[in-house]
Amino acid sequence: MEKRLRLVAPALAIVLAAIASLAFAEIPLSQRRSGYEQMSREVKAMQDDDTSNPASLSVLDGEALWTRREGSAQKSCADCHHDAETSMRGVSARYPAFDAAKRRPLDIEQRINLCRTEKQQATPLPFESRDLLALTAYLGKQSRGMPIAVISDDDTKPFIEAGRQIYARRQGQLNLSCQNCHDDNAGQKLAGVELPQGHPTGYPLYRLEWQSLGSLQRRLRNCLFGMRAEPYAYGADEYVDLELFLMWRARGMTVETPAVRP
Amino acid sequence: MVATLMLGASASARAQGVRPYTVVGDAIPASLTGAPGDPERGLKIVTNRQVGLCLLCHSGPYPEERFQGTMAPTLAGAGTRWSEGQLRLRMVDAARISPETIMPPYYRVDGLTRVAPGFRGKTILTAEQIEDVVAYLKTLKN
Ligand code: HEC
Ligand code: HEC
Repeated sequence: MEKRLRLVAPALAIVLAAIASLAFAEIPLSQRRSGYEQMSREVKAMQDDDTSNPASLSVLDGEALWTRREGSAQKSCADCHHDAETSMRGVSARYPAFDAAKRRPLDIEQRINLCRTEKQQATPLPFESRDLLALTAYLGKQSRGMPIAVISDDDTKPFIEAGRQIYARRQGQLNLSCQNCHDDNAGQKLAGVELPQGHPTGYPLYRLEWQSLGSLQRRLRNCLFGMRAEPYAYGADEYVDLELFLMWRARGMTVETPAVRP
Repeated sequence: MVATLMLGASASARAQGVRPYTVVGDAIPASLTGAPGDPERGLKIVTNRQVGLCLLCHSGPYPEERFQGTMAPTLAGAGTRWSEGQLRLRMVDAARISPETIMPPYYRVDGLTRVAPGFRGKTILTAEQIEDVVAYLKTLKN
C-alpha cells in the first residue's frame, strides 16, 4: 500500500477514487447471478456430476499431491494440515486473505507456494502448472457449496478498493473497463456470447474452449487480451487486488469449484 | 529502429500516424484522407470480427452473420440518422460526443491506458479504413 501511494500522486488517487465511486453502478446483492446460470443444460450437468466433470481428474491429482513429501524438509501438506476435508473446509472461500507478514492479501496459489517455500523448503510451483492447478482445485473442492466469505476490514479494505479501481478503469486500445461489460452490459450479447456478471465463483475451472483447467488469473488475462490491454504478469499485485475485489463483490455467493464453463 | 522495421513489415498506413482533422459541431466534415472511401471495402471491415470488431457489439442488416452483439444500436439505418461528417466523428472518437460511451475510439491513440504492446501507438483502424467504413455506413438507409 505504501508503495502504491508513493507511485500515484495522492491528489490523483483521490480524483480517481471519486470518479470510480461516481461511475460505479454496482449490481444489487440480490440480483447477482453466477455464470453457471447462463450455461446450457448439458454444461450444467457436466459441472454438477463429478463423474462427468473434466476437472475431477485434477482434484484427484491434488489429493495425491496433498500427501506427497516435498522439498528438503520432506514434509507433505498432510503432515501439517492432516485431513484436508476438515482442515481445509471453507479456506478457499475466504481467499485472497490478508497476510500479516507480507502486509497484503495473498491468493490461494500464493498461499500454497508460501507453504512450499517456507515449510516444505521446496521450489514454488509455476502459475498454471498442472500441480498448482491440481492443488488449488483440491482445496477449492473442500469449500464447494459454501458461501464466499471474503470480508472488508481495516486490513483488506484498501486492497479491495485498489481492485475496484482497476475494475472500473478503462484499459487497452478498445478503451473498455471490466465494469462496462460485467455490470453495465451483463446479460447482453458480445457477438454470440451472453456476457456474464463476471463472478469468480468456480475457479480454478475447466473451460471447454481451453480444453483444460485454468485459474482466475488466466480468465482475467483473456479478458484483458480481448480489451487489447497489456496483461499483468502472473502473480502481480494488481491481479490479486482484482481477485480480492471480485470475491468481495461475490460475497455470499456459492463456491462452485471446480466449475465448468463453455 | 525496431518500430520502423515492425511498421514496414506490416506495410500499413499506420506508419503515418494520426492525421489532423477538424471537428465542426458534432461532425468531421472532411475526409481524413482527402479522398472518398470505398463502401464495398467498408462492408468487409464492418463484418470482419478481427478488423472492424463492430458486430461484437452491434447488429446490422446481415441475416447471414450468426453472432451479432446486442450491446449497441443496430447499424441498419445509420446513414439515414447521421450525415457523413457525423458518422466520421462517431468512428474517429465517439467519446467526444458522449464521454461515457463504450464505442471504442477507432482513430485515437492518446488518453488510453495500458494498451497491449502490439497495439501501442496504433489506431484501431487506419484513416483509409475509417473512410471506407464511413462510405459504407452512408449506404445504410431505411
Ligand atoms: C468486452 C467485454 C469484456 C470485458 C471488457 C471484460 N470481460 Fe470478463 N468476460 C467477458 C466474456 C464474454 C466472458 C465469458 C466468456 C465465455 O463464457 O465464453 C467473461 C468472463 C469473465 C469472468 C468469468 C466468469 C465465470 O463465470 O467464470 C470473470 C471473472 C471476468 N470476466 C472478469 C473480468 C475482469 C476483472 C475484467 C477487466 C480486467 C473483464 N472481465 C473485462 C467479456 C469481457
Ligand atoms: C465495444 C462496443 C462497440 C463496438 C466494438 C463498436 N461500437 Fe458503434 N456504438 C457502440 C454503442 C454502445 C453505441 C451507442 C451510442 C453511444 O454510446 O455512443 C454506438 C454507436 C455507433 C453509431 C451511431 C449509431 C446510431 O445510430 O446512433 C455508429 C454509426 C456506430 N456505432 C458504428 C460502429 C462501427 C462501424 C463499428 C466498427 C467499425 C462500431 N460501431 C464498433 C458500441 C460499439
